[in-house]
Amino acid sequence: MSLDKATVRKIGFLARLEIPEEDLEGLAHELNGILGWVEQLAQVDTEGVAPVASVSQMKLFWRDDVVTDGNMPEKALANAPEAVDGYFLVPKVVE
Amino acid sequence: MSSYIIQGETGPWEVVIGLEVHAQVISQAKLFSGASATFGGEPNTHVAFLDCGMPGMLPVINAECVRQAVKTGLGLNAIINRRSIFDRKNYFYADLPLGYQISQFAHPIVGEGTIILDLKDGTSREVGIERLHLEIDAGKSLHDQHPTKSFIDLNRAGVALMEIVSKPDMRSPEEAGAYLKKLRAILRYLGTCDGNMDEGSMRADVNVSVRHPGEPLRTRCEIKNVNSIRFVMQAIEYEAQRHVEVYEQGGIIEQETRLFDSAKITTRPMRSKEFAHDYRYFPDPDLLPLEFSEEFVNEIKASLPELPDAKKARFVGEYGISPYDAGVLVAEKETAMFFEAAAEGHDAKAVANWVMGDLFAALNRTGKDITESPVKPENIGKLVDLIKDDTISGRIAKDVFEIMVETGDAPDKIVEERGLKQVTDTGAIEKVVDEVIAANPDKAEEVRGGKDKLLGWFVGQAMKASQGKANPGILNEMIRKKLLG
Repeated sequence: MSLDKATVRKIGFLARLEIPEEDLEGLAHELNGILGWVEQLAQVDTEGVAPVASVSQMKLFWRDDVVTDGNMPEKALANAPEAVDGYFLVPKVVE
Repeated sequence: MSSYIIQGETGPWEVVIGLEVHAQVISQAKLFSGASATFGGEPNTHVAFLDCGMPGMLPVINAECVRQAVKTGLGLNAIINRRSIFDRKNYFYADLPLGYQISQFAHPIVGEGTIILDLKDGTSREVGIERLHLEIDAGKSLHDQHPTKSFIDLNRAGVALMEIVSKPDMRSPEEAGAYLKKLRAILRYLGTCDGNMDEGSMRADVNVSVRHPGEPLRTRCEIKNVNSIRFVMQAIEYEAQRHVEVYEQGGIIEQETRLFDSAKITTRPMRSKEFAHDYRYFPDPDLLPLEFSEEFVNEIKASLPELPDAKKARFVGEYGISPYDAGVLVAEKETAMFFEAAAEGHDAKAVANWVMGDLFAALNRTGKDITESPVKPENIGKLVDLIKDDTISGRIAKDVFEIMVETGDAPDKIVEERGLKQVTDTGAIEKVVDEVIAANPDKAEEVRGGKDKLLGWFVGQAMKASQGKANPGILNEMIRKKLLG
């Protein structure tokens, strides 16, 4: 698998990263290096081995249906660049 | 079978419809956090750190939401997958602080099932369910509070949703409407979603395409977030017509996401379509597979209530009412309960007619729900008995019913107090008949001369003279005997 500049530009857009045009080439090279490294995993024979979701022996923990959290709007909003009347304020996004 | 066909210049077109319904799960807390899942509340008060995307927070699944999803799957006669996987669906939006929605992609909790539609003409039709999966809801954006800003409330962010996907099995707006009604009824019977489309706890995405009958499927368009059954039907009508026009003018339909404009009754492409979503699903590394035992499923199965289809069949068998009437009565759980309470020990067919006719009309007129009915169910049973044992005539019963609506009184009390008892005393009826005939000698002569039609006029006059209380059978016979001998 090899990434070209256009794909890197798209990945950047999807991640909302602004990548200067002159950096695309170098970034593609770096990402291709990482992909190549990951692709080595494909050499391992996994025929007949069920996919592993986690290497820990844990089971998914379930919680009871009880309200134990929330009611702290000032904390939820503490990092918001802008907040009014308990709402987060963001640049207008409208369809 | 419905026959919804659009006649185009190039021949008949068939509409193909599939629905994706987002149903908010009834639970106390959210799917992965301990914040309240209750509708409303002051903005951003039902928010845990996980829900607003604070770093380092981990999701922990709510057992009740799993139970509710399994229960719904069983209610849809669907395959329950005892192992399912949560994935991240990645996209950026201001009301999605995590930057992804936790959802299920390749391995949903519920697989294929079926739902039976009850159509207006009394026929039934089966529609396939493709899958049901669990996911989290996004927050809510308000766009009308400020000229350049949107307001974000995350109270809804993280609330559990069931996305229920149908197969593309529907062929008309009516079928799509019947599907939503039936699905909503099942959810309400199960108590897994309140089905309230106004508050957004049930929302539909509508997939529409058209084709000449027999052709393979053509390209579909998805109309997002339609929030009433009527709008869904209108959106389908408009969208199907649009496809036909595009094809017949030699154009092509591109797969796209559209929005329904309920004021203009049209659909339009979403402006963001040039940034077509690329969700890059991958298994959520914060969540292990969701697994449960056969016993867990069986316990839920044992707790299922009687569902609309079973209730409908029982009503037909037990009460002898028609499948159509039974379908109407079971559509809402509360109506079914009311009917059963009213029919208990009385003529069920007559009770069904009163409930679906005069009671529905009265509730409609007064804008009341059946749970707020001024007429108690047992009083409808009593009213039916009063007609049956000839205490009152069917005509007087209508008046008595209206008084029941106004006062909430029992019919026997009303009949007693207002002297509405039917007159069956032949002597009293004879007296009235004699008076009417004596007052109209010319008309009586005409009847004797063969003008049978006037008999009805005499019956009407005599009934009026008795203030509607004469037994119609006795009255009729008496007039015939007096005039025709």
